[in-house]
Amino acid sequence: MHIEIDEISKQFGTTAALSPVSLAIPSGALVALLGPSGSGKTTLLRILGGLEFPTAGRVLFDQADATNLTVQERRAGFVFQSYALFRHMTVFDNIAYGLNARPRAQRPARAEIARRVTKLLELIQLPDIGARYPSQLSGGQRQRVALARALAIEPRMLLLDEPFGALDAKVRKELRQGLRDIHDTTGLTTVFVTHDQDEAMELADMVVVMSMGKIEQVGKPADIRAKPATPFVREFIGA
Amino acid sequence: MSDITLNKTEPVRFRSATEESPATRWTLIAIGFIGLSILVFAPLIAVFVVALADGIAASLKSLASRDARDAIRLTLTIAAISVPLNAIFGVAAAWFITKFDFRGKAFLITLIDLPFSVSPVVAGLCIVLMFGTNSLVGGWLVANGYPIVFAMPGIILATMFVTFPFVARELIPVMIEQGRAEEEAALTLGASGWRVFFTVTLPNIRWALLYGVLLCNARAMGEFGAVAVVSGKIRGQTATMPTTIEMLYQEYLSVAAFSLAAVLAMLALVTLLLKTALEIRHADQLATMRRH
Repeated sequence: MHIEIDEISKQFGTTAALSPVSLAIPSGALVALLGPSGSGKTTLLRILGGLEFPTAGRVLFDQADATNLTVQERRAGFVFQSYALFRHMTVFDNIAYGLNARPRAQRPARAEIARRVTKLLELIQLPDIGARYPSQLSGGQRQRVALARALAIEPRMLLLDEPFGALDAKVRKELRQGLRDIHDTTGLTTVFVTHDQDEAMELADMVVVMSMGKIEQVGKPADIRAKPATPFVREFIGA
Repeated sequence: MSDITLNKTEPVRFRSATEESPATRWTLIAIGFIGLSILVFAPLIAVFVVALADGIAASLKSLASRDARDAIRLTLTIAAISVPLNAIFGVAAAWFITKFDFRGKAFLITLIDLPFSVSPVVAGLCIVLMFGTNSLVGGWLVANGYPIVFAMPGIILATMFVTFPFVARELIPVMIEQGRAEEEAALTLGASGWRVFFTVTLPNIRWALLYGVLLCNARAMGEFGAVAVVSGKIRGQTATMPTTIEMLYQEYLSVAAFSLAAVLAMLALVTLLLKTALEIRHADQLATMRRH
């Protein structure tokens, strides 16, 4: 799905989290929002997901105005920084949650839900953990379950907030490839937030460098590395 | 091989940094036990000893009297009405306080704590002033056949006022600690607000809620001050267990008074036992919830 961000600004009280920013995300792209903490990247992601609403500006999904769509109507697969798995449910129930939450008329039959959950568990290469609880999983496993849970609703886009933030370096590398593979398999427009420039450069097709609520530069990783547009970008990517 | 023989020497026992010396430990434990014995166990045993002073038959006979049965029935009814209502109000208040930022939040938290700091007698008098026959509202209600003061509604109001903080106070810290992430996740998965509440919020707070409800229940059954003021203590109509106990005691009917007191104490003990039993039964589940 094509995502268009049109002059979005966000005000928290008197502080501006986002100065008007505009950005076009082509369908099927894997985009990194890169910046230090407080740069507004998470706010922008949450606005896309419908968890925050902009003070001004519009969000367009496939050219249609989506600014006023509720979080449920957006159908965005959202992976939270701490994964936010439902701690009192098994992995199976976590992944099935979105399907069970559908109105009765659109809800798949129980067997169909089970089939889809099994398929998603295979996709994240953890076929045998359906009966476990989140507390019994490692950090990397939790992240993959969160991803499967987000994919279960057949989302129109995938939004990830610091998806590798809470993991150690080795697992992080493995899961980067995992996300790349899932993106390539599903073809979903994917936006992830990170403060790690290596991660952004290595994983994304398109990197959006942000600072103080503004977009500093948008481009392919190689282009940003070769030609940093501002002194901030040069310093931040360590070029 | 010589290493093995070396290991046979007495291992040195290191004390961890936070551990006290045995003498200090035992003194502290002893102080705790003595304090509990004097303040809690001894009086509790005394209640049962006096209740059974004339034998169990006399005690049971006094409990079978109409006044005693009416008091027990009234107290249980009051608890059965006011505790669920307070559970709902408590969850609603905790929800609003922890999930939303709004003007006047600090004021609302203070308001929830108010019943802890205001004397129950004052609370009772407030209800009399608000709903008594001489007040505007109360006069109208009495004229239309719905008396509040010296009747069941007044007792329920007084009980609810006194026990209001218990549920909310238990829930607020738990809900703050858990944050909003899981609820947000459920929303992005397409769940409606109510569905999120029943499938995510409520299961996550159920233990705190249960604990709050049990405490609230114990207090609701035992409330004396506020209820004494609003109920008028009419025997067989508005006399609850605590007020009946007091009246019996004033009339030097100590076996009757203490028998009823023993029943009230037992109701509280059953509440506590119930809580402990649930904790033991779901210990593993509790542990998983906390570890996460």
